[in-house]
Amino acid sequence: MKSECALASPHVDIDIDAISAKISDSITRVVRGAPPAVYIRLDRLLEVCRFLKETAELEFNYLSNLTAVDYLDRMEVVYHLYSISRKHAVTLKVEVDRERASVPSVTGIWRGADFQEREVYDLLGVTFVGHPNLKRILLYDEFVGHPLRKDFALPKD
Amino acid sequence: MEVINNIFVIIRDVIAVMLGFFLPPTLVEAIIAVLVISVFLGFMTVNVMMQVWAERKTIAYMQDRFGPNRVGPFGLMQSVADAVKLLTKEDIIPTHADKWVFRLGPIIVVSTALMVYGVMPFGDGMVIADLNIGILFAISIASIGTIGFLMSGWSSNNKYALLGAMRAVAQMVSYEIPLVLSIIGVVMLVGSLQMSEIVKAQSGLWFVIWQPLGFVIFFIAGLAEINRTPFDMVEADSEIVAGYFIEYSGMRFAVFYLAEYMSAFASAAIAVTLFFGGWQGPLLPPYIWFLLKVWLIFFVMIWIRATLPRVRVDQLMGFAWKVLIPLALLNIFLTGAILQPWYQGLVQGLAK
Amino acid sequence: MSELILASKNSALDAKIDTERITLNVGPQHPSTHGVLRVILTLDGEIVIDAEVVLGYLHRGFEKLCEEGTYTQNISLTDRLDYFNSMNNNWAYVKAVEMMMDIEVPERAEYLRVIMSELQRIVSHLACTGFFVSDLGAAHTPLLYAFREREEILDLFEMVCGARMTYNYFRIGGLANDIHDGWIPRLKAFLQRLPSKIDELEALITGNEVILARAKGVGVLSPEMAISFSTAGPVIRASGVPFDLRRDVPYSLYPRFDFKVITGKNGDIFDRYYVRVQEMRESIRIIEQALEQLPDGPIRIPFPLNVRPPAGEALSRIEGPKGEMGFYIVSDGTSISPYRVHQRPPCFIHLGVLRDLVIGWKVADVIATLASLDPIMGEVDR
Repeated sequence: MKSECALASPHVDIDIDAISAKISDSITRVVRGAPPAVYIRLDRLLEVCRFLKETAELEFNYLSNLTAVDYLDRMEVVYHLYSISRKHAVTLKVEVDRERASVPSVTGIWRGADFQEREVYDLLGVTFVGHPNLKRILLYDEFVGHPLRKDFALPKD
Repeated sequence: MEVINNIFVIIRDVIAVMLGFFLPPTLVEAIIAVLVISVFLGFMTVNVMMQVWAERKTIAYMQDRFGPNRVGPFGLMQSVADAVKLLTKEDIIPTHADKWVFRLGPIIVVSTALMVYGVMPFGDGMVIADLNIGILFAISIASIGTIGFLMSGWSSNNKYALLGAMRAVAQMVSYEIPLVLSIIGVVMLVGSLQMSEIVKAQSGLWFVIWQPLGFVIFFIAGLAEINRTPFDMVEADSEIVAGYFIEYSGMRFAVFYLAEYMSAFASAAIAVTLFFGGWQGPLLPPYIWFLLKVWLIFFVMIWIRATLPRVRVDQLMGFAWKVLIPLALLNIFLTGAILQPWYQGLVQGLAK
Repeated sequence: MSELILASKNSALDAKIDTERITLNVGPQHPSTHGVLRVILTLDGEIVIDAEVVLGYLHRGFEKLCEEGTYTQNISLTDRLDYFNSMNNNWAYVKAVEMMMDIEVPERAEYLRVIMSELQRIVSHLACTGFFVSDLGAAHTPLLYAFREREEILDLFEMVCGARMTYNYFRIGGLANDIHDGWIPRLKAFLQRLPSKIDELEALITGNEVILARAKGVGVLSPEMAISFSTAGPVIRASGVPFDLRRDVPYSLYPRFDFKVITGKNGDIFDRYYVRVQEMRESIRIIEQALEQLPDGPIRIPFPLNVRPPAGEALSRIEGPKGEMGFYIVSDGTSISPYRVHQRPPCFIHLGVLRDLVIGWKVADVIATLASLDPIMGEVDR
């Protein structure tokens, strides 16, 4: 068992301008904050994810959180990325059409996305293309609808 | 003193003589046999209840709890209440079970567990049948119980039960070998398979002094043979839920419970007979000594249960084949060596 | 000639015994699936060929319920997620709301939050350790030893908020109420006893031959896999990745405390257990430091019952006992209920790695590995 001192390595803020300059053709919008949020073009998502994971000075090797939000006019899939080695974070967002919500799966890049993508598929109805086992995870297979969509009507009893 | 020491033998003989006045001798013998067996049965049932209570209470104290303390003084009647509850519960036989095999399983398990006591000397002459192959009989009868486990597990038509039954067969067949091999050392020293002879041979020194390795192997293999922690693979409640008796309920379940504790007691009793001088001891009557020693060994079993988790099935088998059997063979070799005349001569020569 | 013998040997090996695979349905009703988890195992004898985790038997629609309740009401819902970890759930939730509204929490409240959080971490690790050894087949002795200590912490929690499991103690902008006079002496007395009690628990487990045989080298999670599968907390640290949000993404007052980030070497079941035990000791150190520094002052900023955070979103990240946990909350700026609440559930994400850990091992190892991942179904199914 080895251990390290608590305060040796504080959190690092990421230089979002430098990154967005490199992948400017894939980015639609940048929202500053901690962590900064970057809107990615749907067709470039996998490329950007690979770039973020494999570039040495970025090394976003940890998919901290994956979820989606239904905004009625669009669906946003949100990826919270973190780098364990570099200790910085970024939020990726992809806007998709609600009716044909379909996003490439990132399970090939971060395997932890498996269950989280299944959950988003289950509760919000976003299809993840390329997911190895995309089926409902929390609700039963016969369930109709996706409850976290805003137009889902709760059954009245 | 002599009367108290042999009280049960004397009572049996008195009844036999009194019946002999107006019944033919063969019938007297039959009645006496039935009587003795019934007394044993009654004693064993009560004993199992005490075992269950003692186990629960001991483990509870080891775990900073009180254990059963509601029914009767110190919760002594808890086991009785449980037994009554189990006997009056609905007897469920699963629809897809092989019904006859399902019914036969517990009968075989419990009857073999009981038959072991047929050759167990509780005191001088206090034995149902003092066979000249006593220990061989006890071991071989105990192994027949395996078939009962397999039958119950297989006929339940349940995968957990099947896994449990398969484990039971693998485990018991493997552990019988070191068990028997560890006994051979004692048999070599005594030169007899008769239980009473083995006890009498220990009037000087207990065989645990002569056969420490033999006792350790016997005790470990015995633990495995009766499915007690850390070798309770067959039941393994956290893995295969309850193993072979998962589908049993009510009385049949109680019968399995009975068999389990009777086997545990039998295993401890054989250990006492072989290694701890059986019923022999100063002051107290022989049957008291015998029970005292057996309960002490059973306490060690409880103690182990409260301390150790379960080993894995492959580790269990590996332990039997790679450790216990070679050690048991070594034990036989060593016993043989010290029985050799040249060794005896050497010892005597050194003593001079 | 020798070649011939070799060839015949090989063919004998190749001619496999025809064994039938069986599908074993472990759970949702099973003594060691920690609630209602279901794992469908495909077995060849005792060896696991495939394992599929089936979830959802405890799904209560937490995230949907949060959209119906107000920001304040939802705090009580978070208690029901990971019920061994209610304080941290509370904290992660209120922290997200506070991040959105840019609220500064009074110092005394922050200290008390740290104390509660670390006490809760001890509770969770104790329970996990106890259940783990019970799942290995012990007659519950370590579990009861662990629960004896847990009871004392639950008594302390009961003294501050009146509840033993579902505390609902945190508020947006502080805490529900202050501790009373007798609390700190009692906590101090308990902290004095606790290390020796942990030693006692360790004496039963750490050197136990049977446990070592069962836990060393089983369920090994490599550091690369641990990162790729988004595992966190003791699970990732046991694999040798020093990832602790208390240090890496400092929040609350953690920069003020001196503590170690415990890591393991092998990433097996035993390391996960051992990291937890060591972390309990670190938690004791943090609580002791917090008690020394604890200032007087208010424990809550005055706050309306219903809040309307500005439109926007926030993700809180705190180091729960099971790992990184947090709430992603979206506000539309007009409503007193959140627009969207999502929890980052460490237990749920940890279960994703189970299949890869158990294939090729025995049934008994599935149970042991599962217990070492410490899933609490309230959080997994939400």
